[in-house]
Amino acid sequence: MSPLDFVTDLFNPDLSFLPKALAVALMSSVVCGVVGTFVVLRGMAFIGDAVAHAVFPGLAIAFAVSGNLILGGTIAGIVTAVLIAVFSQNRRLKEDSVIGVFFVGAFALGIVIISQTPGYAGSLQQFLFGSITGIPDSDLYVVAGTGLLILGVLFALNKEFVAISLDRESARAMGVRVFWLDLVLYVLVTLAVVISVQTIGNVLVLALLVTPAATARLLTDRLGVMMALAPAIGGSSALIGLYLSWSWDLPTGGTIVLVLTVLFLLTWFLAPRQGLLATARRRAHPPRVADRAVRVGA
Amino acid sequence: MTHDPTALSVDGVSVDLGGRRVLDGADLAVLRGELVGLIGPNGAGKTTLLRTILGLIAPAAGRVLIDGQPSRPGRTSTGYVPQRHEFAWEFPISVAGAVASGLTGRLGMLRRPGPAAWNAVAEALDRVRMSELADRPVGELSGGQRQRVLMARALVLRPSVLLLDEPFTGLDMPTQDLLSELFTDLAREGHAVLMTTHDIPSALYTCDRIALLNRSVIATGTPAQLAADPDVWMTAFDVASDSALLRTLKAV
Repeated sequence: MSPLDFVTDLFNPDLSFLPKALAVALMSSVVCGVVGTFVVLRGMAFIGDAVAHAVFPGLAIAFAVSGNLILGGTIAGIVTAVLIAVFSQNRRLKEDSVIGVFFVGAFALGIVIISQTPGYAGSLQQFLFGSITGIPDSDLYVVAGTGLLILGVLFALNKEFVAISLDRESARAMGVRVFWLDLVLYVLVTLAVVISVQTIGNVLVLALLVTPAATARLLTDRLGVMMALAPAIGGSSALIGLYLSWSWDLPTGGTIVLVLTVLFLLTWFLAPRQGLLATARRRAHPPRVADRAVRVGA
Repeated sequence: MTHDPTALSVDGVSVDLGGRRVLDGADLAVLRGELVGLIGPNGAGKTTLLRTILGLIAPAAGRVLIDGQPSRPGRTSTGYVPQRHEFAWEFPISVAGAVASGLTGRLGMLRRPGPAAWNAVAEALDRVRMSELADRPVGELSGGQRQRVLMARALVLRPSVLLLDEPFTGLDMPTQDLLSELFTDLAREGHAVLMTTHDIPSALYTCDRIALLNRSVIATGTPAQLAADPDVWMTAFDVASDSALLRTLKAV
């Protein structure tokens, strides 16, 4: 199918779920790209994974009682994030063990709950791997509103998040409220995951958080550039992924993640400064010693 | 600024960590214009003392005064320079950005650094002679340059007290010399500088005074006074009179 046919389908009133899916996928990948910058820079990928799994029991309960999925997922994710933050204060256990305990526990709870609801097999698959059909109109507004809220908080507290990422102890000494800001960041990650789960699925949402930001990091040494590049990479991958999955009847979440992964691999090899090719080229033609001395400087 | 020459005073500070008394009645004063070396064996409580001075640990007894005021994170005029490995050097930020992050607490939430803040950043960078590298990503710096960035980040607050945690660890001799010159100059400009170190010979050479710490301040004095008194070193380090440490003292 040509891109033109895809655009035609987007405006076909019989396929009204398609533009909605595209809008949600674009919004969530942009938001995840920005939030993911801090997930990648702080080595929080495991926390992202934990939160992604932890929203599952909330989705399952909301589904069982026909409640709002986004609200259910948010509550479950935040409860888990708070539990992790509190239990991590115990010095005997490292944070990753606490995360391991809670995220699998939450996921198990979700599976047990959803198995009690009639016709769960289909909905289980929908939760785990995402679905582009059945997005209600109201979700568009909820996703847009939540996304703007996430981005707003992230930009407002950017200075604090940077200071904490650089050096927690000095941030504390400067009077920055490290514990509360950690909690805020966990909640932002949770919200970003929840608005993305619908289209991309519970298991794959980690890719939206981590892969675009990791790819952007390979291309720049500037935080501002990274925070612009990551959502651009995420958004274009969502667009290309949805197009490919629609053309070839592939699962949407999986296709978007594969596009992201291919972009990451291409960047790994071809990035102008840190890429494998550039490194190899530098090794073949090292700068002359005089140049190097100037570069190292004082 | 007050006329009291004492910028930092630690009065009978005791600290309990995990039910164990780590510091017991420690007394220490650092004057403006003075570089004091804090020396003691591993586990003596050096880091705990620094954290208490910063107001991150509440003492079980005693008090810490900075410019005559009780120490509170973000409220008192203290510049903290942590060990280099405490800082995330792989973070994508420029030297100037890293220095500006030192103003985070001062500026408060929801406020961005304005022209005055960037002037303070430029001044701090100039002071540690890193102005030319202001736009360089921090990941590309050498060990000595990294130490200078951390110094500038602490100086950007124009603190009256500077706390340096093992600034020399892992640096070669020429770099150490340049840095000790900087520390002495900063002290002469009116800062009260307290530095922990394991490098006893260089501390004896560069510091105005030395404080020996082992759960309490065992002794303070000029390098000449302390070098002539092996007993306090034997107490602080729990070593015998024929130890290599004491032979080092005699060599100085």
